[in-house]
Amino acid sequence: MTEPAITPELVQKHNLTPEEYEKLKAVLGREPTYTELGIFSVMWSEHCSYKNTRPLLKTFPTKSPRILVGAGEENAGIIDIGDGLAIAFKIESHNHPSAVEPFQGAATGVGGIVRDIFTMGARPVCSVNSLRFGPITSSAECGVGSAECEQAVANNRRLFGGVVAGIAHYGNCFGIPTVAGEVYFDKSYEGNPLVNAFCLGVLRHDQIVRGQAKGVGNPVFYVGPATGRDGLAGAAFASQDLTEESAEQQRGAVQVGDPFMEKLVCEACLELLATGAVAGIQDMGAAGLTCSTCETAARAGTGIEIELDKVPQRAPGMTSYEIMLSESQERMLIIVHKGREEEVKRIFDKWDLPWSEIGTVTDTGRMVVRHHGKVVADIPARKIADESPVYQREAREPEYLKQVRAFSLSGVPDTQDPAANLKALLAWPTIASKNWVYRQYDHMVRDNSAVCPGSDAAVLRIKGDSIPGTPAAVPEKFVALSVDGNGAYVLLDPYEGGKIVVAEAARNLACAGAVPLGATDNLNYGNPHNPELFWQLRESVRGLADACRVFNAPITGGNCSLYNQHPAGPIDPTPTVAMVGLIEKPEHITTQWFKDEGDAIILLGDIAEAGDPLSGLGGSAYLQRIHGIKNGTPPRCNLEKEKELHLALRALIHSGVIKSAHDCSEGGLAVALAESCISQQIARETPRLIGAQVDLAEAQGAPGLRLDALLFGESQGRIIISVAAANAGKVLAQARILGVAAARIGTVGGQALEIKAAGITLNCDVRELHDGWWNSIARAMR
Amino acid sequence: MLRNVLGHSVEMLWHKEPSLGAADAVVVPGGFSYGDYLRTGAIARFSPVMEAVQRFAAEGGLVLGICNGFQILCEAGLLPGALIRNRSLQFRCEHIFLKTATTESPFTSRIPPDKLLRLPIAHGEGCYFADPETLARLKTNNQVLWRYVNAQGEATEAANPNGALDNIAGICSEGRNVAGLMPHPERASESILGSADGRLIFESMIQTLTSRQTATAG
Repeated sequence: MTEPAITPELVQKHNLTPEEYEKLKAVLGREPTYTELGIFSVMWSEHCSYKNTRPLLKTFPTKSPRILVGAGEENAGIIDIGDGLAIAFKIESHNHPSAVEPFQGAATGVGGIVRDIFTMGARPVCSVNSLRFGPITSSAECGVGSAECEQAVANNRRLFGGVVAGIAHYGNCFGIPTVAGEVYFDKSYEGNPLVNAFCLGVLRHDQIVRGQAKGVGNPVFYVGPATGRDGLAGAAFASQDLTEESAEQQRGAVQVGDPFMEKLVCEACLELLATGAVAGIQDMGAAGLTCSTCETAARAGTGIEIELDKVPQRAPGMTSYEIMLSESQERMLIIVHKGREEEVKRIFDKWDLPWSEIGTVTDTGRMVVRHHGKVVADIPARKIADESPVYQREAREPEYLKQVRAFSLSGVPDTQDPAANLKALLAWPTIASKNWVYRQYDHMVRDNSAVCPGSDAAVLRIKGDSIPGTPAAVPEKFVALSVDGNGAYVLLDPYEGGKIVVAEAARNLACAGAVPLGATDNLNYGNPHNPELFWQLRESVRGLADACRVFNAPITGGNCSLYNQHPAGPIDPTPTVAMVGLIEKPEHITTQWFKDEGDAIILLGDIAEAGDPLSGLGGSAYLQRIHGIKNGTPPRCNLEKEKELHLALRALIHSGVIKSAHDCSEGGLAVALAESCISQQIARETPRLIGAQVDLAEAQGAPGLRLDALLFGESQGRIIISVAAANAGKVLAQARILGVAAARIGTVGGQALEIKAAGITLNCDVRELHDGWWNSIARAMR
Repeated sequence: MLRNVLGHSVEMLWHKEPSLGAADAVVVPGGFSYGDYLRTGAIARFSPVMEAVQRFAAEGGLVLGICNGFQILCEAGLLPGALIRNRSLQFRCEHIFLKTATTESPFTSRIPPDKLLRLPIAHGEGCYFADPETLARLKTNNQVLWRYVNAQGEATEAANPNGALDNIAGICSEGRNVAGLMPHPERASESILGSADGRLIFESMIQTLTSRQTATAG
């Protein structure tokens, strides 16, 4: 079989610039073979090399005394949670594949991140996801009833439904609970949905393994299903703009997942790791065999030689190029201590899994690939892995920000019908209950889901069988998880928006009673060659990093997805952050819904931003949903104040008086109060609804605070708590001692949410609020 | 759960195991055996260990199938009927209420007659189906053990999460020693997980076994 000659066109097709091609030749000291060109193309793609973002990623805080494996060292970071136990977690995007083939694209996104976790030696115990799509309901802006609008909405629904079904398929079958997530709908994601999947695993400190090809002479094993032509060079595909044409051409770049196979591979790998026969292990994810061999050798400072004839193959006549670049799923590369090969064979035979010894670790520092008796690639491993190009991209403040700063609310009349606005916001798919989504995910398998989806943060128990190996008696632990993002805020003010993303995640954890341990980020942006888009990226990363430092939540790893563009334009810049926290005792676990009639409702934090009482409306859900405006400078985020608020809330929770805690985010105070009334679900068709009487007349005293800003403004740093009436005075006093504004704003009870403010009384039946909130997504998807 | 919460000794058996050893009862748990790729439970029923389960059941041993376990027992012919795709064509994971139709079985004897059990379901193929003759026989022989009901205990259409015939959530064999149900009692056996109602099913089995042993010893 003859390989194509390397021409400038072929180089360009591989997404390498002429300069990068020169660099490639310098690394090799000669012209590359076709296979080598393919290898460089994927290894130097943004997805694998972070060539556009590495300088920015270095600004994240990555250290804390609890960090056992830090960002960038391995497939996932690992954090100590005490008593010799640790957690490994990471988030990763599968945006482009999901745009092309939503079901398999999302399914394999879950599969990939789960593999990253068990590759570290951890047992995967829960997954979480963050999703974004175009609108699934038609609106005035897109032209209700127009054929174009209806077609776009129908396509958004198809992508949304397909992604959710794909995640459900993979996670449910693998047997991992999907315990938390977020879903947003916005025009900017039309045609370019975001699918960010997160997985968390548990292990003992002594079970941490490395993705290193250690020990010269050690055999290299390939385990898992045979390699096919599916997913050819998916990483390179993910690192370019998505167009109609590319999507159609690249359909073959989307892999097909087999979750049951992954379950078997996971169990077999964990069983093998327990024997001590493994010197290093790495999953074959992006760039498959290429990335796993290069990276393991580079990390260990060794070389690796593999023989492609020994790689199990699903299709006849596969070329070396195809074998090296295939992204067939559920495959692992395992480096075994010499002399212990039999253990691999025994365990993989037991699990009925294919395995093959495909090569050895060498001392040459080179990755050598042979096929049909010929050397088809011979590359210095460390150089290709570590010396990828790095770009300091040009950044320029976007023009549109001038209009954002000039935006004034004077042209927007104050609310005339707050009750109707509240109902509309609760039924807006971005705010509405996501039960249509999470009821398709098994969120309870493994018997550890202490707080299921539907509260501010999920809470997962860690117990003996959460750890690889024979279930052992370990002290039970509780971790809280939340994933957050807000593209509109980041678009309108990348730095503040970045801070808010992290602050909201930390606030959600605080509401559950947890202290942050660390976070993982997924940076979803447009094309970095556009200076305005790169400015969004740079500024928001600065915001994320500053906030992570304040909340002591180091970034343990993550993923960058650039080139999220559709012909209509780039997506809103959307960093998503999944944060994990520890809850000291089970009795501290707190949920968001009101509990008992007669309880006092207290607002922690300032009701509006002092000095700028209308700032909560900038970029708000209210302006977007009610007025069709995505504009205005978003609320400020005072990180120090926010941190004090979280500390105070945790202190109150520890003192045992807090019955519920819910943060104010999209939709502001009124939506947060409504959610506290209607979000407890006892069983199918059986919500527990409870009303509240709230009086904001006094709080409204702030000069210049309009009714819409009071009810629906999204000022940061606010939490609604409820306590027994007898404890209200004590809690108010304690909060003030802790330096946090606190005001009693109402009482739990009745079957209506009643909010009094100067001049108006809003009164809504909780059943009516619940109906729109609970059912709107299901109705849109019918 | 049986080991950690109820303190019983539990032996996990590999699917290729030809014998059950000295088991007092067998629980075929939930999961996705063979990925449910062909049809739920259709491949797992051919596992070597299922032959031993068949023998155990034929000798009167207690066998409980939960979720995928229920599907496997139906495929294996140990229980009548079949479980087909949910009417919604979607996987469903949520809590439901169960009403116990009869306390006359080794799996329900400890359940107070009027108590509704709040248990989670998590399945894509849990719609119980049987031909009219089988259904009639189930009713005549009092083999329906649990039905999906609403909070008031009524077997309404809205309370039925998967479209199961007659709201059937679980049944037992004619000999009453084999039972299966789609909901997960083991996921509702600790208050930290929101409900401990599921323990009543396991406690019923344990009581049955204890009284059998006493009878043998006596």
